[in-house]
Parts: sequence; structure tokens; C-alpha cells
Amino acid sequence: MKISVIVTLKKDVLDPQGKVIHQALDGMGFNEVNEVRQGKYFEIDTQETDPKKAKDKVEEMCKKLLANLVIENYRIIDAQ
Amino acid sequence: MKSSVITFPGSNCDRDMDVALKKFGFRNKMVWHEEDELPKSDLVVLPGGFSYGDYLRCGSMASKSKIMKSVINFANSGGMVMGICNGFQILVETGLVPGALLRNKYLEFICKNVFVKINNKNNGYFKNIRNDVLELHIAHNEGNYFCTNDQLKEIEDNAQVAINYCDPEGKIEEPFNPNGSMKNIAGIFNKAKNVLGMMPHPERMIDTSLSGEDGSLFFKNLINNLK
Repeated sequence: MKISVIVTLKKDVLDPQGKVIHQALDGMGFNEVNEVRQGKYFEIDTQETDPKKAKDKVEEMCKKLLANLVIENYRIIDAQ
Repeated sequence: MKSSVITFPGSNCDRDMDVALKKFGFRNKMVWHEEDELPKSDLVVLPGGFSYGDYLRCGSMASKSKIMKSVINFANSGGMVMGICNGFQILVETGLVPGALLRNKYLEFICKNVFVKINNKNNGYFKNIRNDVLELHIAHNEGNYFCTNDQLKEIEDNAQVAINYCDPEGKIEEPFNPNGSMKNIAGIFNKAKNVLGMMPHPERMIDTSLSGEDGSLFFKNLINNLK
């Protein structure tokens, strides 16, 4: 079963890379952009077959390693 | 006095630290990250570098390596643990010291000498040091110290800020902040002050012909405090 996770910086944490990407987009003529926040995307292929159990395990992985909860939030995208 | 320097894959200031510790009288051992147990030590150092290629987040992989269990136990039982640069990043990832180290504010790798003001001398690292300001070297891409407002209040209430970026006279102001760190923080302690994480490299300032001597002051003082 594959489970995806998106990790992003919390709202009050400065994201200088996102800012620079925003400026670049602006320079390319995409003037409608309000803000860009850069994040990380993980695809986890697990042997677990029970979606609920798999999700719980991935949540534990997020808390212990994939995200640093001082600065980041994580979002688990349901199993496929 | 016995010290141990932990080497992770990608550490590159471990040997400089070994030279510095030995120069000032430590009997130092290099400890590979896959070891289970620390040798008997009065001081454990997590050196600078790029452990695990800075994968995921700087220091995150090293913080989960085998030897770190022993280092965390050593710290929790009051042992002195010092993390320099990448070592500081490893310390925040273990949670031994609060906060996180973000990408530098202006997205540049910074490699230069800076001045830092010692904020708290009531601990084993800075007790009896006569200087208030030290000139040290920094070389990092992720040294922008960040913590939550609640954490910041706790850090300040417990006098956990060790050193702040400043000018040569010790003025702690924004123009002397190289990387965007909150409150110009360059180094912090844990609550008990036996764990110190800092971005500057004292081991690069132990020889006048190469750089400067302010690192020598730090190490001489440190070994005297441990005696």
C-alpha cells in the first residue's frame, strides 16, 4: 500500500526559498501569485494492508522523523 | 580529562576538533556513529560537517544513529555534550536543546569570522572566562535559529541563551546578525546547562598563524572548568 505525506513549513516560519520562487514567478509575468510556500513530498510503500493501521504508523513516522514539529506541519494523503 | 568526538558519515570538522581538544590537554577519542557505547568521557563533542549529506533536514538522520542513544543518556545524566555547527543541528533534532535551525535568511552559505557575546557564564562552558566577546568563525547554510514564542520565553526565563551575534564591542543588534537568527542567537543551552549547541567553530580559532586565538581561550577555560 502506498501512502503519501506532505510536509510544509508552519505559517509563522519564514520560507526564504518560497519567497525567491515567488519573486521569480513574478518576474516571469505570473503577477497573480499571492504567496509561494515550498514543502516536501514523501511516498511511502508499506507492507501493511490495513489502511487505518498503515496511516497510524505513517503518522508516527511523521512525528518521529519526517517532520520537525517545531517548524513543520505534515499532512497524510490517504492510502492508495 | 577525557573527551570523545563522534564521527558521522559526512562529518568534516571532527579531526580539527580532535587537534583542538588535544592541544589544550584533553585525552580525546574518536567514536564512530555505529558504536553502541560511549567511552568514559568528561566531554562529548558532536562536530561540524554535513552528516548524512544534510538529507531530510540537517542533523535529522545523525540524531537517530546508534551512538546517539548513548549520547542522549549521557546528557540526561548530566554529562557535558557540546554540538558545534552540524553538531548543534543534531542536538536540536534530538530535542536535547530546544528550537530548530532554518536555512539562512538570505539563502547564502556564510563563511566568515563573527563576534559573539557570552550571555551566561554561570555554567561549565563559560565560567571564569575573562572575555565577554569572542571572535569565532562560522561556516553554515542552516544556522537561522528559530523557536516558538512559548519556547523563546522559556529559554529566556531559564537563561538558556549561551551566545548572541554582536559587534566587536558586544552590541547585539540586527546588522550583526549574519543569518536571521531569532534575537541574534548563536548558541543555546539545555535547561541544566550541561548541553551546549552553537553555530560558531571555536576549533578554527586556536592558532594565531591561521586565524585567531579566541577559540584557545574557550578551550583553555573549558578544560580548567572540568578539572
